[in-house]
Amino acid sequence: MVDTTLARHHPDGAHTWLKRQSRWSVFEIAFWLATLLPFFLFPTYLTLASQIAIAALFAISVDLILGYAGIVTLGHAMFFGLGAYSAGLISVHGWGEPLTGLAFAAAFAGLVGFIVSFLIVRVQHLALIMITLGLGLLTYELANALTWLTGGTDGLRGIRTWPIFNQFRFDLWGYTAYSYALAVLFLGFLASRRIVNSSFGLALRGIRENVRRMPAIGSDHRRHLQTIYTISAAIAGIAGALLAQTTNVVALDALSFNRSADVVVMLILGGTGRLYGAILGSIIFLVARDQLAGVNPQYWYFWIGLLLMFVVLFMPKGILGGLARLVVRREP
Amino acid sequence: MLANIAIVLFDGFAFGMLLFVLSVGLSVTLGLMNFINLAHGAFGMLGGYVTVLTMRQLGFPFLLALPAAFLGAALMSIALERTLFRRLYRAGELNQVLFTIGVVFVATAAATWFFGTVQQVIIVPTWLRGSVDVLGLPLTAYRIFLIVVALIITALLVFGIERTRLGAQIRAAVDNQRVAQGLGLDVERVFGVTFALGSGLAGLGGGLAIEIVGLDPSFGFHYLVYVLIVVSVGGLGSISGSFFGAALIGIVDVAGKYFVPEIGSFLIYLLLVAILFVRPLGLFGKR
Amino acid sequence: MSPIVLTTDGLCKRFGSLEVARDVSIALPRGARHALIGPNGAGKTTLINLITGQLRPDAGRITLGGVDVTAMPVAARVRRGLTRTFQINTLFPDLTPLEAVTLAVCEREGKAGQFWRGLTGHRAAIDEAFDILAQLRLADVATRLTRHLPYGQQRLLEIALALATRPSVLLLDEPAAGVPKDESAMLFNVIAALPQDITILFIEHDMSIVFTFASRIIVLVAGAVLIEAAPDVVSGDPRVREVYLGQAHGA
Repeated sequence: MVDTTLARHHPDGAHTWLKRQSRWSVFEIAFWLATLLPFFLFPTYLTLASQIAIAALFAISVDLILGYAGIVTLGHAMFFGLGAYSAGLISVHGWGEPLTGLAFAAAFAGLVGFIVSFLIVRVQHLALIMITLGLGLLTYELANALTWLTGGTDGLRGIRTWPIFNQFRFDLWGYTAYSYALAVLFLGFLASRRIVNSSFGLALRGIRENVRRMPAIGSDHRRHLQTIYTISAAIAGIAGALLAQTTNVVALDALSFNRSADVVVMLILGGTGRLYGAILGSIIFLVARDQLAGVNPQYWYFWIGLLLMFVVLFMPKGILGGLARLVVRREP
Repeated sequence: MLANIAIVLFDGFAFGMLLFVLSVGLSVTLGLMNFINLAHGAFGMLGGYVTVLTMRQLGFPFLLALPAAFLGAALMSIALERTLFRRLYRAGELNQVLFTIGVVFVATAAATWFFGTVQQVIIVPTWLRGSVDVLGLPLTAYRIFLIVVALIITALLVFGIERTRLGAQIRAAVDNQRVAQGLGLDVERVFGVTFALGSGLAGLGGGLAIEIVGLDPSFGFHYLVYVLIVVSVGGLGSISGSFFGAALIGIVDVAGKYFVPEIGSFLIYLLLVAILFVRPLGLFGKR
Repeated sequence: MSPIVLTTDGLCKRFGSLEVARDVSIALPRGARHALIGPNGAGKTTLINLITGQLRPDAGRITLGGVDVTAMPVAARVRRGLTRTFQINTLFPDLTPLEAVTLAVCEREGKAGQFWRGLTGHRAAIDEAFDILAQLRLADVATRLTRHLPYGQQRLLEIALALATRPSVLLLDEPAAGVPKDESAMLFNVIAALPQDITILFIEHDMSIVFTFASRIIVLVAGAVLIEAAPDVVSGDPRVREVYLGQAHGA
C-alpha cells in the first residue's frame, strides 16, 4: 500500500508543487503591464500614481512583518519618516543624487530598525502594540522638537533632487516621478517576492502560524524576526525617501500616527500575506481619497472606520483573500 | 522653586488620578479577556459629551452630570459589547485592534458632526473654582476634588474586588481563566459586567477631564494613548498597578511639560518604551 | 548495556504550593523504548517540559550526551538532538506538511535564515522532507493544508516534524492522544519502525500499547518516580496496581 502511494506521489511531485507556488502567473504579468497605463490613459493623474506607488511600497514593507511574520505594528511610519528625513536632509546639505539618497535612507532606517528589533522580539500582544505605537509617537515628537534639523511643523524645505542617472529631470507633470517610483516599487516588490518565497519566508509563515512550535523544531525564531524587521524598516525608509525626492518636501506628517494607521488599513483592505494585497489596498485607498478630496478629513475617517469594522467582521482576509476563496470554491 | 516643584507634583498627581479613572476599566477588562479595546478612550469622550449635554440642555448640576456620564458610557458599552465586541474575543489581537480603531474613527467623526471641533466648556460650581491654601501652597480646588473622587473610586474598587462576589469572580478569572471556567464560572457574563463598569468609569473620567484638559473630538484618540500607556506601564488586570502607573505618568507628563516644554510629550513616550523594554509586562504585571 | 544519552538528576519543580516534580532522576540509554506512565496529574507532561526546556526546574540537572543542558533554551536543545512532540497538536495550520517539514529540515541545517535563496533551491532538504513524510505515510497529503488533514494524520505530522530535527532523543507526549484505538496501534507501529539508535520516551495511557512497545516503564506518581523497571516487573508490583492500575481502570 505504501509503495503505490509513493508511486502516485513521487518526490518530483513535491518539487513541482513547490515550484508552482512561486511561479509567475499571467495575472501578475498583466498587472505589472497595467501599471504602465497611467502614462497613456491618465497623464493628468501621474502625481497620484506616484503617491500610490510609494504607498504600495510602504504597505509591502508592513506586509512583510504583519502579513508574513504576524508582528502587529501601529508605528511603522517611524521608518517611513526616518527615510524621508534622511533623504531630504542629505539633499538639503548639498547631495541631491537620488539613488544614493535612497541607499542612504534605506541604510539609516534599516539601522534604526535593527536596533529597535531587539525591543520588538522581547514583547508580545499589547506590549508589542504599545512599543510600536510608543516608538512612532516618540519619533514624531523628536522630529517636532528638533526644529533646527527638521524644520519642525514648517516641514523640511529646500530639497533639490538631481536628475536620475544625471539624465532624467523631474518634470512638472510627474512623468519622471512616476517612472522612478514605479521602478523602485517593482524592484522592492521583486526583492520582497524573493524573500517570501525563500526558506526564510517559510520560517516567517511558521512564526505566524505557530510561534510556540518554532523552538521545538530548533528554530531561533527571534533572529528571523529581527532580520525581517530590519529589512522591512529599510524598505519603509526607501518609500519615505521616494516621497521626499518626488515632492521635494518632508512634512511632520510623514511620521504621524495617521500614516501608520493608514498603511495598516490599506494592507488589511487588500489582504495580508500576499504582497499584491498591499498594492491593491493602496490603489483603492488613495484613489478613493482623491475622489473624495472635497470631504472634510474628519468624515473621510468616518468611512475608514466603518470600512475597518466591516472588513474585520465580514472580510477578514481582505479583498484578495475573498477573491481567492471564490476561486477555490469554483474548482473543487 | 521648592514651591514650584510641590505644585507640579500636586498637579501631576491630580492629572494622574484623572488618568487612573480613565484607564482602570481597560486594565481590568484586558486582564480578564485579553480583549484589546482601543475604543476605551472613546467611552471617555462619550462621558464628556454626556456631561456637557446634561448640564447645558437639561440643566443638571455638575455633581449629577457625572453619574449621568458614567451611565451613558456604561449603557453604550453594553450595547456595543452585546452586538459587536462579543464576536471579537477570539478573533486575534490584530482584528481587535483594527475593529476598535474603526470605532474610534467613527466616534471622532460623529462627535465632529454633532458638536464641531470646538473645545467644550462647562461651568463647575463655585466651590470647585479658585484655589485653596494648603501649607502656604495655592492648590486648585478642582484638582483636590479630582484626587478625592479618584481615591474614593480606588477604595470602592479595592473593596469591591476584595470583598464582593463579583470581585472574587473577577480575581479568579484574571488569575486563571481556564480554571475559573472549569469551576463553572460564566466568564463571559463576568466580563460583560466588568466591561460596562470599566467603560462607565471611563465616561466618568471624561466628565471629570473637561475642566482640566478640555473636550473636543480628538479626546477619544488623544487620551487613548495616555490610557494605554498607563495600562502597559501598570500591568494588566491590576488596580494597584493602574493607580501607581497613572500617578507616575501624570507626574512625569506634567513635570516634563512644565520644566522642559520644548520636548512636548517626548518624555512619557520614552518612559513607556523604557519600562516595556525592561519589564514587558509592566511594572506590576504578573502575566 | 548501551551508553546513557539522557539523564535527569534530582529535578524539582513547584507551582506555588503544588509540587509537580519531586527529585526526578532518570537515565535513558541509547536506543531505549521507555514508557512514562502515571495517573492524571502525576506530572508526566511537566517532566517532558522540564527536560526539553519549556519549563525551568527549581533544582536538578539535565544532561544530554554528557553535556549539561539545564540552562539551554529549547531551540538549542533541539539542535543538539533533544526533540519532543506535543499532546495537543502544535502544528502550522496554514502550511502544508511538505512546507512544515521542509522548514524543520532547513532550520536543522541552519539554512532557514537564507532570505536571498528561493525555497526550491534547497533540493536536498525538500527530498529529505518528502522521505520523512513518506516514512510516516503522509506522502499522499504532503501538499494539502495541515488544517484540512484528518486528525490521525495530524498526529503523524507531529512526529514527522520532530523527526526532521534528526533527534537522538525523542520525547513523545501521548502520540496517540484522541486517536481511535485501531488507528493508535498503527501509529505505534510507525513509531516502532523508527531507527533503532533513536532513544524514545513516550507517554501513553493505553496499557496494552505500553506493554507491547515499551522495553522499560517509568511510573510517575505525584511528581515522583515510583518505580522504573521492565514491564513484567511493573505489572507485578503491588504499589503500581494500587495507585495506578486501579485508577486507570475507569479511564
